[in-house]
Parts: sequence; structure tokens; C-alpha cells
Amino acid sequence: MATVKPKPAAKTERSTWLLTAPALVLLTVAATGPLFIMLIYSFLEPGQYGNVVWKFSTKAWFNVILQRDIFDGTLTWADAHLTILWRSVKLAMTTTVFAVLVGFPTAWFIATRTPRMRLFMLFLITIPFWTNLLIRTFAINQIIRNEGVLNSFLLWIGVIDAPIQIIYSDFAVFLGMTYVYLPLMVLPLYAAIDRFDMRLLEAAYDLYANRWQALRRVVLPIVKPGLIAGSILVFIPALGAYVTPRILGGGRNMMIGNFIDLQFGQGRNWPLGAALSVILLIFVTSMLILYVRFVNRSTDNG
Amino acid sequence: MADRAFQVARLPGFNTIAIMVFVMLYLPIGLLVLFSFNAGPSVAIWEGFSLQWYPKAWGNEQVRDATIRSLIIASSAALISTTLATMAALGTTRRKRSPGQTMIYVMINQPLMVPEIVTAVALLIFFASIKVATGYQGLGYLIAAHSAFCIPFAYLPIRARLEGMDLTLETAAADLYATPWQTFRHVTLPLLMPGIIAGMMLAFITSLDDVVISLFVKSAGQETLPTYMLGQIRRNITVEVNAISTLLLGLTVIMLTVFFLLTRKQD
Repeated sequence: MATVKPKPAAKTERSTWLLTAPALVLLTVAATGPLFIMLIYSFLEPGQYGNVVWKFSTKAWFNVILQRDIFDGTLTWADAHLTILWRSVKLAMTTTVFAVLVGFPTAWFIATRTPRMRLFMLFLITIPFWTNLLIRTFAINQIIRNEGVLNSFLLWIGVIDAPIQIIYSDFAVFLGMTYVYLPLMVLPLYAAIDRFDMRLLEAAYDLYANRWQALRRVVLPIVKPGLIAGSILVFIPALGAYVTPRILGGGRNMMIGNFIDLQFGQGRNWPLGAALSVILLIFVTSMLILYVRFVNRSTDNG
Repeated sequence: MADRAFQVARLPGFNTIAIMVFVMLYLPIGLLVLFSFNAGPSVAIWEGFSLQWYPKAWGNEQVRDATIRSLIIASSAALISTTLATMAALGTTRRKRSPGQTMIYVMINQPLMVPEIVTAVALLIFFASIKVATGYQGLGYLIAAHSAFCIPFAYLPIRARLEGMDLTLETAAADLYATPWQTFRHVTLPLLMPGIIAGMMLAFITSLDDVVISLFVKSAGQETLPTYMLGQIRRNITVEVNAISTLLLGLTVIMLTVFFLLTRKQD
């Protein structure tokens, strides 16, 4: 490095911008820019057949949580909307908690294998992570649907007389999301446990800690960053999930992603859809910012 | 010592849970693949081995159209995003941090942070007005959208590769009177190639697998393979979908294996 002739700073900076410009332009046109247009649309009035009428209105934002009765004009909570928002948060949280409960033992198991075995198992976890989410959700669908593998099997061995209704329920969505997002929990947890010095655990046992105390007081504080990273990585896509609730939840068990979709289809209320998208975006971005702050703070301390 | 550490690290029930997780992770995919070879029309009742669903799927004109369309989009998106990502990586690595650096990182990684449905809806709104204004309904929108969200996937492995390369070879080339272009063409680019190929493959897979953004951006009649499959789930699904899924899974596993081999051997 030392032998490189130093370039004038201004020239370096100009070439940075020149080289990154094409990527930034494409991202502005086809990713970031449209988000701002969406924000504008959330302040317009819905057109009769979809799209918008260019007239300023805060109705969409108002309608997210409140509704005005068409006859007497009284204000009430928009129960349908709140139910969907609450279901999204609840499902994303249950998914995250369950992913921790099974992801932690799995990560721990991988981290305590021999190095070669570890690599192989990580590869096994990574493959589903990169394979098509749609296909993985299909796979779950084919197992739990009424004429699916599970019900056919149970009918065949005679445990049940009629198929059990599992699909098209909140439970099915929870099951599917845990299945598709679990690798996102295992990988950062593994990274954290891998750095954990097992001698600390030994010391804890020597000092008469029982397993639970050792886990809670010694292991958890050290792997906490991995735990938080995994939780964020699972919670965020789960909250904005679209494909999994569509395939496993059906029309009655919508999450916010499907509800947004509905506003651009049958609902014909683009501004409401835009407002809901902005809310989801703000929520996710603030979580990410909090997470980055947390990471910076813990690296400053350590 | 090693034996003892192993004992200490053992926690009750953990092994059982972990093994269950591995089984549960692969069982659904395994069954999906298995039933693609089913002789009967069911995705749940096994009636013997047969390869009939593969030619049947290919014989379906909609499947063929969607496959070709998906491949065109994924190749274009992979090519465009990798080119742009390579330039961006060259502009942001191995040099003094410039003031705008953080902003550039945030911009490049933005598609990873925003929920897909939000990007999809935003693109629907934006492209709807362009479609009305210009009358153009072609594949360009899908290619532009895919190229944009593939940029971070292509960027990460290329940047990782660049960071692992020191400047000595380039300096040597420059000392031997190579022009900056010659240095780039004959020294930097060949060294960077594994990263570029890895990035291109990730971009290709990401584009090929995308369903949400395609669903909202596509014009009428522009089904991609994933949107076609999503449409099939509403009807009585046939084993055809399993056959297509199996082929897609196979392609992904092959590309991932190559990706791992390429990125593992840094030196």
C-alpha cells in the first residue's frame, strides 16, 4: 500500500462518484425514487377505477386507523385495519420467538461440531436460505393442505376420518414463516456462539452454576448481539411478508403486505395502500436504525 | 481436553431439537421433489415413479413462455447489475473514504432494507404513470426493477474480493508503464473475475426467484415463472408445478455450490 503514489484527494473523490454514478442512477430511478412518489400518492385522493385524483387529501392517513360512518358521520376505530396490523405484528413476533427457541439449539449444535462437520451443516442451512421462497412455501402448502401429504397419511393410517383443517389459518402462516425465515436466525446466532469461549461455561459449572444459570448468566450476555441480529433479520421480513400469508393464510388471514396489495387491486384505494406502505417502511427503517445504534454502542464498549 | 470441552458444551435437549430442525428443513423440499416424479396426478399420494411431468410441463405453452421470459429478465438483470456493481465496488473500495461514502453504501444496500412489498407498490405507482405517458409496455420495466434490486447482491461478493486484493500488482504494472486502462484490463479484472462471477450468479438467482416485485411491475400477459406458479396455486395444483420447482431448485443448488467454491478459495 505504501508504494502507491498518492493521488490528489479531489481526483479520487471525483472518480468515486463517476464509478458509482450509474448504479446510483439506476437505484434512484427503480428503487429509491419511487418511494418518494409513493409518499406523495398517500396524500392524494383515490380515483374511481384505481390510481389517484391529483387533489391534496389526508384522508388516506386518517383512514388507516379511523373510519367515519357514512350515515351519521361518527368516528370509530377502523377495526378491520387494526385487526390486520395487529395480526401482522403478532405473527411476526411469534415467528421470531419460536425461531429463537429452535434456532438457538440448532446454532449451538452446529458450533459444537468438528470444523469439517460445521462447514457442511452451515452449507445445509444456507441452501434453503438461498432457494426460492415461493417454492419453500409451496412445499409447506403441499404438506398441510386438506388433500396434502399429512392429511392423506393420517387418513391412510386411520387416525382421523376427515382431513384436519390446518391451512388457511394464522397457525399455518406462523408455521410457514418460521420455516422460511429460520435460516436467518441460525446464521447470525451461529456466528455469535462460534466466538463464545467454552472455557467460560466450564468455569461457571466449576463455580456451582446449574445449567440454566450458566445459560442465562454466562452464555446469553455474550451471544446477545447474534440473538438481536437474528431477531431483526427474522422479524423484518416476517412483518412485511406477502407470499407466505397469501399461500398459507388465504383471503381471511391477511397480513399487512396482502392488505396493501388489496388496496391496489379490488380495494381501488391507492392512497390508503401508499400510506400503509409508508407506515411499514417507517417501522422497518426505525428498527434498523435502532439496531445499527445498538451495534455501534456495543462495539464502542467492547 | 477436547473431550471435556465437548461435554461441557452439551446442553440437554439441544441435539434433539437441532436434528429435528435439519429434518424439518429438508423434509418439505424433499417431498416436493419426490412427488415431481409421481406417476399419478396427486402431490400427496404416491403412485409409482415416472418422468412424465417434466415433458408435460415443457409442453405447456404458458410454462415455456414464462421460462423464456424469466431467463431473459434474469440474464439481463444479472449482466446490468453486475456491471454497475463492479464499477461501484471499484469506486468505493481500496481508496480513502470520501465524505459521501456512507450515503453510497446506504443507497446501494437500500433494496435489502426496504420490505419487498413496499418497493413493489412504489414501482407499480411510478411505472403506471410512465406506462400511460409513453405507451411502452415491454419487458424494460421488469429488467430495470430487477437490475436495481440485484445490485446489492452483486456488489457484496465483488467488494469482498476487491478488499482481499492488495495494490502491489497494480503498482507493479503501473511501474512498468502500463496505462491505467491496461492495468485494469490485464491485472485488476482477471484478479477480480471470481468475485464478478460469484456476484453475477447471486444476481441471476435473486432475479429468477423474485415474485413480489415481478407481480406488481409486469404488464398484462408478462408472466414470469414464479408469478405463473403463484397463479397456479389458486387452482388445483398439478404435479407440473413440482417439476418446475425441482428444476429451479436444482439450478439454484448448482449455482450455489459454484458460488461457494469461487468465494472460498480467496488465495
